[in-house]
Amino acid sequence: MPDAPQIDVECRVNGSTVVLRGHPMDRLLGVLRLQLGLTGTKEGCGEGECGACSVLIDDTLVNSCLVPLLHARNTSITTIEGVATGDRLHAVQEAFIADGGAQCGICTPGMVLAAVSLLSRNPEPGLDDVRTALAGNLCRCTGYMRIFTSVLHACRK
Amino acid sequence: MSETSIGMSRPRREGFAKVTGQARYVDDLVLPGMLHGITVRSPVARGLIRRIDFGPEIPWSEFTIVTAADIPGRNRVALIVDDQPCLAEDRVNHPEEPVLLLAHADRQLLEEARRHVTIDVATEPAVFTVDEALAGTTIVWGVDNVFKTYAVARGDVDAALASAPIVVEGEYETGAQEQLYIEPNGMIATASPEIGVTVRGSMQCPYYVHKALMALFDLPEHKVRVVQTETGGGFGGKEEYPSIIAGHAALLAWKSGRPVKLIYDRAEDMVATTKRHPSRTRHRTGVAADGRLLAMDVDFTIDGGAYCTLSPVVLSRGTIHASGPYYCPNTRLRGRAVATNAPPHGAFRGFGAPQSLFALERHLDRVAAAVGLSPDEFRRRNFIQNGQTSAVGQVMRDPIDMNALLDRALTLSEYHAKRARFTEINPALRVRKGIGLASFMHGAGFTGSGEDHLRSVVAIEADAAGRVSVLSSNTEIGQGTNTIFVQIASSALGVPEDLVEIAQPDTLVVPNSGPTVASRTCMVVGKLIESAAMALRKDLAKVGLEGERFDAETFRRACTDYTTRFGTLRATARYSPPPGLRWDDETYTGDAYGTYAWAVYVAEVSVDTATFETSVDDFVAVQEVGRVINPVLAAGQIEGGVAQAIGWALYEKIVWREGRMVNAEMTNYIMPTSLDLPPIRVYFEERPYAHGPWGAKGIGELPMDGPAPAIANAVAHATGTDPRSLPLTPESLMALTEAAHA
Repeated sequence: MPDAPQIDVECRVNGSTVVLRGHPMDRLLGVLRLQLGLTGTKEGCGEGECGACSVLIDDTLVNSCLVPLLHARNTSITTIEGVATGDRLHAVQEAFIADGGAQCGICTPGMVLAAVSLLSRNPEPGLDDVRTALAGNLCRCTGYMRIFTSVLHACRK
Repeated sequence: MSETSIGMSRPRREGFAKVTGQARYVDDLVLPGMLHGITVRSPVARGLIRRIDFGPEIPWSEFTIVTAADIPGRNRVALIVDDQPCLAEDRVNHPEEPVLLLAHADRQLLEEARRHVTIDVATEPAVFTVDEALAGTTIVWGVDNVFKTYAVARGDVDAALASAPIVVEGEYETGAQEQLYIEPNGMIATASPEIGVTVRGSMQCPYYVHKALMALFDLPEHKVRVVQTETGGGFGGKEEYPSIIAGHAALLAWKSGRPVKLIYDRAEDMVATTKRHPSRTRHRTGVAADGRLLAMDVDFTIDGGAYCTLSPVVLSRGTIHASGPYYCPNTRLRGRAVATNAPPHGAFRGFGAPQSLFALERHLDRVAAAVGLSPDEFRRRNFIQNGQTSAVGQVMRDPIDMNALLDRALTLSEYHAKRARFTEINPALRVRKGIGLASFMHGAGFTGSGEDHLRSVVAIEADAAGRVSVLSSNTEIGQGTNTIFVQIASSALGVPEDLVEIAQPDTLVVPNSGPTVASRTCMVVGKLIESAAMALRKDLAKVGLEGERFDAETFRRACTDYTTRFGTLRATARYSPPPGLRWDDETYTGDAYGTYAWAVYVAEVSVDTATFETSVDDFVAVQEVGRVINPVLAAGQIEGGVAQAIGWALYEKIVWREGRMVNAEMTNYIMPTSLDLPPIRVYFEERPYAHGPWGAKGIGELPMDGPAPAIANAVAHATGTDPRSLPLTPESLMALTEAAHA
């Protein structure tokens, strides 16, 4: 859309204030990947089914492929690149490594964010809570079992 | 000194990169001046291309446009039978067949442009089912629509069936299945006549892509370079099709003089690329009154789609597995792969075996009932034993103990108690319970003489600082290649694991250790790595390195010493068959596989008799896969395979309309979510295999084979229906139930 109007959108991404530029209806997924180089956010389906593009907007888990750039204005966004503190991994990330929660890794960023989001709301989830919280994130490799284990272990840390 | 890490759950090597989002997949790469590519495809199943129109709305002069006429070499996708064009020329043979390629810097404009290309095709009659293909009224491939047949028989099947006290017949069908790796296919290419072609992307088999590009561009080996980037799942779906995408990206790069990235979106990946072959299997089985198998007559037919691609090898594995882990003195196995005008079906975990084993294991429950034996007792009386001969004439030399696996699976699942209880309580329930089992095996590595033809090579190098590189073309696609290769190499060398790294699969750097398929990576290639490591150790003995285990400093000193005195420190190993293995390609008999993994799975289900929804409530997977190198990764393989098979059994239905998948979206092609799966309980029996690394066998495909028949058998138990085809959607189960009550 070469002639489409361009807008500037100020928001916070992983703690830093940024100005994103694009068409109001540009997908946040593409803007994060192309303008900020935050390629940890993945495109699996582009239609909000798989959750590979999950990010947190104001602490709510969303599919960034369905979020228009305009909606990012004045929000605070966390992508997978913002989950660890420097080299110190989040407990969820450590558990995914230790317990086999990641295989091919393409769903992992979204899955980690979904788990982080769950633990921030519910620090001691049961298995059913975990299953429900991750239901919007598809994984084709693991059969989910070791992802459940990872999340349950992470909340015990 | 620590002991070796074999049998220990070492964390995934690339785990840190994956959990932090730092792992780079093909779509994450950007090359300077890069264009995007897109594929324009056939709108119909079959016909002659009359004309291609470019709509006036698009500034076409800005675009790079590639047709078959631009191909410098041979317009074929080099594989088994070179029948598939990389781009259609005068005719198309399936919907979504690639016809034309476009490149432009603006991805959105490119998408717009694709909609303004009209491919005008004079349609011809097409074939969409196995029956239509076999009827031969319309010939769409060769002289008879048949890609390949196998027939292998022993004993006198007709006489044995004629005299058998009980004969049970049955016909079984399975549907296509989409691999649905979460990372769609994609490639980035740079190309020029002077330098050659370089392609990076998502793939399982760099040297398949390499071979295809050499032929397509008529280039020598050294002018084609293929690099695997981090790959977000494959499951067979990135075995052969990436050769086409790589070719397309490279053709656009060749013509435009710019790097070209070609990434499929989900819909395109689902509608255009390969899926599991649909199948139809017919069984006629003769049994003695005591339940002994007397004769098995099996006719296994798969739908290969429009081009031959890998169908002969899928058929071969499916046919050989069609008689299962049983001994029967009179057997006749017939296999056929036929052509239809659907996109070619291809590799998907299990590779024909899940299809034929579904038919067999569902059928044997019916045979058991006809004899009046329980499903487990019937199987127990027929399991193949050490020293007996399989239907293709393989003498089972390695110890087999299917009874032990069966006992353990029955105990862990409380099979007998539950079966009795469910039978008793079901009549009063709306949601009925069932429990079913399947016993099966999976041959590890290529079938028959396949590994002899591949003659895989791996190399291990160490530099003067004692850093070790493992060089192989086998790819990490999530299954754990990197991690187990480090465990194998470091254990064989006797060095700490952090000294060892796995080289990125890059045809410029790594030797051809064959494709990452067929449950061969750990068993076959892992063994080569072990051998190469032992050879490297032998070299280091020349500078006095002796002992079992070495610390980093000792090893480093030896490497420095060696490289100073002798130069490069590098050892290779090439595949040679284990002694005594023989296979006859003509008669299709002999040692079909070096060894097999064996398993018994039990599924417990609930079926809602009002909505006809089935859920799996518990799943027990007991298997013997040789020595387990890494328990967490191995269990992850089993769990993931079981999950995919549950999807295939219950949810994943491809709806076809004139050869095209019409539900090519994740919204209406349903794979299991975190809410849909039972606890998957995984148990290993470890019987080391003499010719695998530390006794390991292949593992990846096995778990795809057993769940579907175990579930179908459980549904039969729960409902009293007789399911014969997959998937068992609510619609199909409702029809079955109504038929049973009619």
